[in-house]
Amino acid sequence: MEWFDLTVVTGSLPEFWRGLWMTLQLTAIALVVGFAFAVPLSIARVSKNPWMSAPVRAYTYFFRGTPMLVQLLLVYYGVGQSEWIQGMWETGNPFWLLFRDAYFCALVAFSLNTCAYQLEMFAGAIRNTPHGEVEAATAMGMTRATALRRIILPSALRRALPPLSNEVILMLQGSAIASAVTLVDLTGAARNVYSRHYAPFEAFIFAGLLYLAVTFILVGLFRVAENRWLAHLQPRRSASAQKD
Amino acid sequence: MDALIEYSPSLLAGAWVTLKVAILSLLLAVSTGLFGAACKLSKIAPLRWWTALYTTVVRGVPDLVMMLLVFYGGQVLLNQVSDRLEWEMIELNAFAAGVLTIGFIFGAYFTETFRGAFQAVPVGQMEAGRAYGMSGWQVFWRILFPQMLRYALPGMGNNWLVLLKSTAIVSMIGLSDMTWLADQAGRTTHQPFAFYLAVCVLYLAMTSVSNAVFQRLERRYNVGVREANV
Repeated sequence: MEWFDLTVVTGSLPEFWRGLWMTLQLTAIALVVGFAFAVPLSIARVSKNPWMSAPVRAYTYFFRGTPMLVQLLLVYYGVGQSEWIQGMWETGNPFWLLFRDAYFCALVAFSLNTCAYQLEMFAGAIRNTPHGEVEAATAMGMTRATALRRIILPSALRRALPPLSNEVILMLQGSAIASAVTLVDLTGAARNVYSRHYAPFEAFIFAGLLYLAVTFILVGLFRVAENRWLAHLQPRRSASAQKD
Repeated sequence: MDALIEYSPSLLAGAWVTLKVAILSLLLAVSTGLFGAACKLSKIAPLRWWTALYTTVVRGVPDLVMMLLVFYGGQVLLNQVSDRLEWEMIELNAFAAGVLTIGFIFGAYFTETFRGAFQAVPVGQMEAGRAYGMSGWQVFWRILFPQMLRYALPGMGNNWLVLLKSTAIVSMIGLSDMTWLADQAGRTTHQPFAFYLAVCVLYLAMTSVSNAVFQRLERRYNVGVREANV
């Protein structure tokens, strides 16, 4: 094949692995941080008190209504280059110095973004909790907090698994924009390989295949998780189907 | 603030580029989606396999990687063609590469939306049309399509919003959309924060208007459908 020179790929394998590792790190950390904030915020989102729900609503409106690329640029170039932050840099405060680091900025932008999507999913699942579950909890004498912790959240988070698997895959794909702020993730590695060898097919098709492979693995893992935690919601199998 | 006012005509021109990319990609994606759904529901097995491969690959590969492949790979192919035909070098247009890639990617999402919507229309509706003596085309156009649209609209609205936001990545292949122009203006004036925020506001305006339009459309196509009062 004239247009696909395999030696370009094999010669750059270490570079691709490093990029893949960076992609996996960014995706995993952002998803976990986003999840940690999304659970409490989703409770605030469904609150009847507007002082609790309105700020969360404004946050998701902004982060779900704008492209993640612009959010990333806003955090990295926007926040980092504002005079106020640069003044903070001069004081040597270690927290603000972090905003000079592209890796940290990407994590901030990705986490804020995925948190907004995840919290709306969880809020939707909480709203759809069957009445009977909540009533049963009240009848058992549980307080609101106990019912939330023992009944509503476990039930809602399980039902949020299918949309969550979608979000995990979208986050993996979305992290490809990290190369816009000088990070060498899988896409960044492919761009470097392309510009060094002027070999667009080798670089981008191989990177695409790696993304595809990771996506398949993630889809498989979520299928296992759904079989485990959503088994009670699956349609009952007929006697004949149970044999195989 | 002064800088924002000074650069606002340029930003608005960029917003127009963004809208053009989004709308042209949408047209391409909807037609690809209708065609793809027809293939997925077809009786010919290889057609179904190819469409399954298409929708799987698109969902597993980032849009940016595909866009870079189309933009840089397309240029290499164009060079080879022009070399062979001894033409002058043709430059691949970033606008065309952007529209083609986004249209191709979202064609896969629209394929799934339309496939589900077509399947949601009860078969009895088509049979009734046939019983009235309508031709196959008439059944499609008068019975199947309008009802399919009702089921497809929520998914279409969602796809459109994701598509609109994903147009921002065309700035990474050098097309002067509003993100790219904000980047330039931010560098020149040393006020990147204000310019990126302005882009966010413009995107929010576009997504909010789209939401309102889709709500109206959904109401229109749900005329005659009784809603459950909970």
